[in-house]
Amino acid sequence: MGEMEELRKEMENLKDQITAARKTFQDSTLQEAAAGVTVVGRVQLKTRKTLRGHLAKIYAMHWGTDSTLCVSASQDGKLIVWDTITTNKVNAIPLKSSWVMTCAYAPSGNLVACGGLDNMCSIYNLKGKDGNVKVMRELAAHTGYLSCCRFLSDTEIITSSGDCTCVLWDIETGTQKTVFAGHQGDAMSLGVSPDFKFFISGACDFTAKLWDIREAECRQTFGGHESDINAIGFFPNGNAVITGSDDATCKLYDLRADQELLTYQDSSIMCGVTSLAPSKSGRLLLAGHDDFNVNIWDMLKAERVGVLAGHDNRVSCIGVSTDGMACCTGSWDSFLKIWN
Amino acid sequence: MSNNNASNNLIIAQRTVKQLRLEASIRRIKVSQAAAELRNFCLQNASRDPLLVGVPSSDNPFRPPKSCSLF
Repeated sequence: MGEMEELRKEMENLKDQITAARKTFQDSTLQEAAAGVTVVGRVQLKTRKTLRGHLAKIYAMHWGTDSTLCVSASQDGKLIVWDTITTNKVNAIPLKSSWVMTCAYAPSGNLVACGGLDNMCSIYNLKGKDGNVKVMRELAAHTGYLSCCRFLSDTEIITSSGDCTCVLWDIETGTQKTVFAGHQGDAMSLGVSPDFKFFISGACDFTAKLWDIREAECRQTFGGHESDINAIGFFPNGNAVITGSDDATCKLYDLRADQELLTYQDSSIMCGVTSLAPSKSGRLLLAGHDDFNVNIWDMLKAERVGVLAGHDNRVSCIGVSTDGMACCTGSWDSFLKIWN
Repeated sequence: MSNNNASNNLIIAQRTVKQLRLEASIRRIKVSQAAAELRNFCLQNASRDPLLVGVPSSDNPFRPPKSCSLF
């Protein structure tokens, strides 16, 4: 077993190398860079709309790119497409499996997707000829639950799974194009870069990974969290990643410096982060927690500048619209709220 | 049986080492530069961030326009 021992030694050496390399580039901190910036004043958002209609816990929501429509998934077995301005339900899609954990809206607005404990990602065509919304494809191959999915286009979607992998699918053929393996725990969440070339995944191995979609490889791995990462997103310019964890903190990692820049934590916050979304400029970080609240952070100063308290149960999902005009929260209390 | 496990573990270890080599070799930039660019992006885009600067009710699609009838 000499070779195994050698490989283990080399693993440890390489990990030390990475730690050392990161340190040599740590000539400053984000605190220093933001020292001259004044903290954002108290942010007080009001509920402008309440979307009522689901009959059970809402697990996921995703804005359409038009900043008006959004899709939500509930364990009442329905996907609902909402017009957030009128609060009308544009589509109410009954699902084969009610154990849904994620949903996504295609950038084109033509398709929505969802999945969960059925281990599948189901694609629905909203613009079918006869006006009925039907299942277009069932993407089956994961051996664990579907935790998250995001469209690259009408022909490609990326999924993350409890089987520890992420997969890039060809929707037309229903086949796996690429399997991204590497996480040592359930992959819980994913986000696609603004240029669609990369995606990031957060997992129950407490790490976040950056993947090159076309080269089919993991480029970087970020640690530091002390528990499962439940939520992940790109900073608006694509150069940094934000994670939210069961350890009750959020962290900001810079991709080009290859390291953590800030942790968003407060001794009074003891509940895990379930979801997160940055505002359009990236200055505000909105994080949904198990304690029914959404905390709003000044991302540069790591100070809490607001709270959204309006739900009667866990906030399970959150999203800021593409034009930055509103934030939508979804909860186990079965309601979605639009805030600004 | 145990031979299979041993060779599997070896393959996994080899893959892990290959991956770590890749991650160790990436080009990095200084935190001072990365942090400055993040800060500048926030500041430059602040005026275009509705949740940050607030939305006047007349421009807010989620607020019904206040109508004033003069009859």
